[in-house]
Amino acid sequence: MILEEQLLQVKNLNIIFPSPKGDVHAVKNISFSLGKEKIGIVGESGSGKSVTGRSILRLLPPYAKISADKISFKGQDLLSLSEKQMRKIRGREVSMVMQDPKYSLNPVRTVGKQISEAYIVHRKATKQEAKEHTLKMLEAVRIRNPEQVYRLYPHEVSGGMGQRIMIAMMLIPDPSLLIADEPTSALDVTVQLQVLAILDDLVSQRGMGLIFISHDLELVSSFCDRIIIMYGGRIMEVVNAADLHKSTHPYTRGLLNCLPRIEGGNERLSTLVRDDAWLDADFSAPSVTVSG
Amino acid sequence: MLNISNLNISFGHGSEKNHAVKDISFKVKRGESFGLVGESGSGKSTVLNCISGLLNHWQGTIKVDGVPVSQKRDLAFYRKVQLVFQDPYASLHPRHTIDRTLKEPLAIHNFSDINHRVEKVLREVDLGSQFRFRYPHQLSGGQRQRVAVARALILEPEIILLDEPTSALDVSIQAEVLNLLQDIRKERNLTYVMVSHDLAVISYMCENCAVMSQGAMVEMISAKQLKSGNLTQNYTKQLFTASKGYDRAAIDLFQDF
Repeated sequence: MILEEQLLQVKNLNIIFPSPKGDVHAVKNISFSLGKEKIGIVGESGSGKSVTGRSILRLLPPYAKISADKISFKGQDLLSLSEKQMRKIRGREVSMVMQDPKYSLNPVRTVGKQISEAYIVHRKATKQEAKEHTLKMLEAVRIRNPEQVYRLYPHEVSGGMGQRIMIAMMLIPDPSLLIADEPTSALDVTVQLQVLAILDDLVSQRGMGLIFISHDLELVSSFCDRIIIMYGGRIMEVVNAADLHKSTHPYTRGLLNCLPRIEGGNERLSTLVRDDAWLDADFSAPSVTVSG
Repeated sequence: MLNISNLNISFGHGSEKNHAVKDISFKVKRGESFGLVGESGSGKSTVLNCISGLLNHWQGTIKVDGVPVSQKRDLAFYRKVQLVFQDPYASLHPRHTIDRTLKEPLAIHNFSDINHRVEKVLREVDLGSQFRFRYPHQLSGGQRQRVAVARALILEPEIILLDEPTSALDVSIQAEVLNLLQDIRKERNLTYVMVSHDLAVISYMCENCAVMSQGAMVEMISAKQLKSGNLTQNYTKQLFTASKGYDRAAIDLFQDF
């Protein structure tokens, strides 16, 4: 993939959570960049993948210490922005889909109101225009009866529909980058793929960038263009999705090998043997910053 | 070993009535591992809850070892059949140590030699003795699931019901727990009934499995059929395709069942 412009550039990102038992270094010296492509961040729980995603939008609790040489979005330095300026970026330029629609939607407002609010705030539109756009957007995420769904409350929709509503809400201000943090982990496999297909179509139609955070290596490799593999707050390696199975990094190999396969035999699954040396090895610099 | 025929259960009344399990029948031989696969809401966990006695307004026949069980179970039943839940965080008492958690079933069933048994079962699930007096919050997810397995094993049951035992765990930890379950089954000649939404896990663990959709059984397949993709029902085929990863073209062909 040839990139005309860099959408997001992150250089030497560090995130530290202070705690009574000493600082927890959740993310260590991470650098990556992306253009209009789908990039996946994969890792086990505690590897720092979600924290990385949230730090871009500064959605971490105030006691978290974020430092970086550079977090720039379309050439604008996100670190130097005030909270007020940041609010213009969130939603309008960079938006985020969270894991569970049950906890991310407001339970006492109708779905339609919530989606149109996102449009009114960022586009200074009238209520009527916002409603029209919302209905169009609901149709775009393949909800068959948008008029009816517009009036529903979040508890009245299924998990798959809830996640499609979240995607509609996040895409309606027309952002240029979408961060999706495990958007489909709570869904059934078939629904998961249908939601991903919608995300895929919309992202490519609108020429957006996508950061897809997930623990499912196989899914990410079939969905994204490039994959960042994280372990213990460090980037282990960055691979092109197509070359994932050729990867030689011991951690990536370990993750791939411990998956049971439908067509596989019944011999013991190999387990992941962790090596502390991975955390100290130098994976920063050239190989990581090279784009696509 | 386990023989289920025409199992039915419904929740709610009148127009709200939800027929959650419709005429499910299957047999599991001693030492066999049987899988139940389906999407959420297909009734697979409900079947398990009926067998284990957590739900008692079901209709049909459940036979364990040839003996029909009634709605109300006796102590002897629970010695024979044990259940491991999906979420290791929710299924252990947060204010009981592992030691206390493991001793409770032993006390209920009047076992002797309690200390020795706890030691032995912890060894069996590969947890060192240093974990014995810890609380659940001091353990990782994988270790907690090992404790849940240990709690089921400690009564020396013959049938273990597994309700998505690894879906809350990372893939690397999942492999360890699946290996553990396979080893224990071989060692003790246990019978498993395992619920999962993951075809790969079922294909690895089970010899036969039932595919469920909206409370009804869609088809009964063997692991061999599953491995070779030799499926007859469209629902199962779609599930199979979906498990293979993201394929834009295939998704457009998906139907609602």
